[in-house]
Amino acid sequence: MALKFPIFMDAQSTTPCDPRVVEAMLPYFTDKFGHPASRNHPFGWEAEAAVDAARGKLARLIGARDPKELVFTSGGTESINLALKGVAEMYREKGNHIVTTVIEQRASLDVCKRLERQGFEVTSVPVQPDGLVDVEAIRAAITDKTILISVMFANNEIGTIQDIPAIGKLAKEKGIIFHTDATQAVGKIPVDVEAMGIDVLSCTAHLIYGPKGVGALYVRRKGPRVRIAPQMDGGGHERGMRSGTLPVPLIVGFGRAAEVCQESMAEEAVRLAKMRDRLQDMILSSVDEAFLNGRPDRRLAGNLNISFAYVEGESVLMGLNKETALSSGSACTSSTLEPSYVIAALGASAELAHSSIRFSLHRFNTDEEVEYVGQRTIEVIKRLRDMSPLYELAKEGVDLKSIKWKAE
Amino acid sequence: MAYSDKVVDHYNNPRNVGSFGKDIPGVGTGLVGAPECGDVMKLQIRVNLETGVIEDARFKTFGCGSAIASSSLATEWLKGKTVGEAAKIKNTDIVNELKLPPVKIHCSVLAEDAIKAALADYQEKHGSVAASAASK
Repeated sequence: MALKFPIFMDAQSTTPCDPRVVEAMLPYFTDKFGHPASRNHPFGWEAEAAVDAARGKLARLIGARDPKELVFTSGGTESINLALKGVAEMYREKGNHIVTTVIEQRASLDVCKRLERQGFEVTSVPVQPDGLVDVEAIRAAITDKTILISVMFANNEIGTIQDIPAIGKLAKEKGIIFHTDATQAVGKIPVDVEAMGIDVLSCTAHLIYGPKGVGALYVRRKGPRVRIAPQMDGGGHERGMRSGTLPVPLIVGFGRAAEVCQESMAEEAVRLAKMRDRLQDMILSSVDEAFLNGRPDRRLAGNLNISFAYVEGESVLMGLNKETALSSGSACTSSTLEPSYVIAALGASAELAHSSIRFSLHRFNTDEEVEYVGQRTIEVIKRLRDMSPLYELAKEGVDLKSIKWKAE
Repeated sequence: MAYSDKVVDHYNNPRNVGSFGKDIPGVGTGLVGAPECGDVMKLQIRVNLETGVIEDARFKTFGCGSAIASSSLATEWLKGKTVGEAAKIKNTDIVNELKLPPVKIHCSVLAEDAIKAALADYQEKHGSVAASAASK
């Protein structure tokens, strides 16, 4: 099959909508445009039924006992904001301490920073060099003031999957609410809020072949009943937790995306892992001093994150970006102009954080694309190393740490 | 972020990539930046000891596309200039030529630093010769 350019391998930033999702959504833009809160005419009933059906599909995907435990939001960022701020505000009288990790996504980190300014105390537990959080480190961070543990399910950069059931068990044992940012996990690996002891869970549609602009927050209703202080005032939609007219077409799309994921997850994970392993083998067998980031046996099937010593990430992307979409932990590709804090948290040098490249595969990638991207990556790395003063010094046997660098 | 055509051109066709032996007469070497900051430039000039004219220049850069382009452009500009003229190259000249956006200005600053460091190294190694060439 002829390759079609550009090739997309940046599926942990977003995914294309599955055509089945688009098909399900279309009628809800035109014929079935009703407001689900219109209780007194067929347009409203139709819209409400569609939203309920989608809620049910999503509930099944994450093992929620009751679809009512799901609140629709505008996406992962809003879900995380609502979860952390909502719990913090509601349980403030009980305590002011939150335990989280250093590798959470930006939304979590920034909400925690705001909560700190408001008088909360946040303990960010480090990760081990393989990207995993030690559950005992979380246990050690808990105080009698701890009201919330928030740990991401799977990491957006290195794909590492945390031991969520163990953390859920610990939270239960201590009587602390447990939130997980599962934006990268839901739809890709089995998630079961009941079996895993999850009390609050954030997820989003656009990472599972659904539309951008819709996400959900799971809020446990029983054992324990978790309460969330709403962060949006208005008509009291979503059981009062999130006011605002529901974007019915997006929710229908989210539901269909969840349904497709549930049907195809097992098969898809095997296929993606096979392609990912091929890409990894190609690159690591041809490029010296390339380091795999994250624990290999506990990561998302489509994720591959490699640091290429002596070359800077943005320059790698620039060599490929006409034909292939990837992402990097380089400072030059981040809005903050800081290198990846996730790679840095693994204990790697800042240089290796600047040099990290993330390949994230998706449902529609092909074996041919994998071969092409692997080959091109190898070529670009070799070309950039030929013009890297660091590679030259290293090949001359100079220890780069022995040089007194003048940092800007 | 879209790159200017000139940045893309220098990235795809970098001028004067390579190295001179550090002990070749007339060679000055500048190594600036830091790996942990994500950019390191090595810039070398080879000066005619008789005339004080930079006859050749080389660079190697670890850094983003704009850093590679800034150093590539610097080597192009250095060739044919006297040591004195080379010292007048400013980072803003590089910014204007490559149309670097504000977030990439530090790449041009680093290139200017690299030029200065190469010139300083040259002066240190060949100071007396250079002075006599300049006085001719």
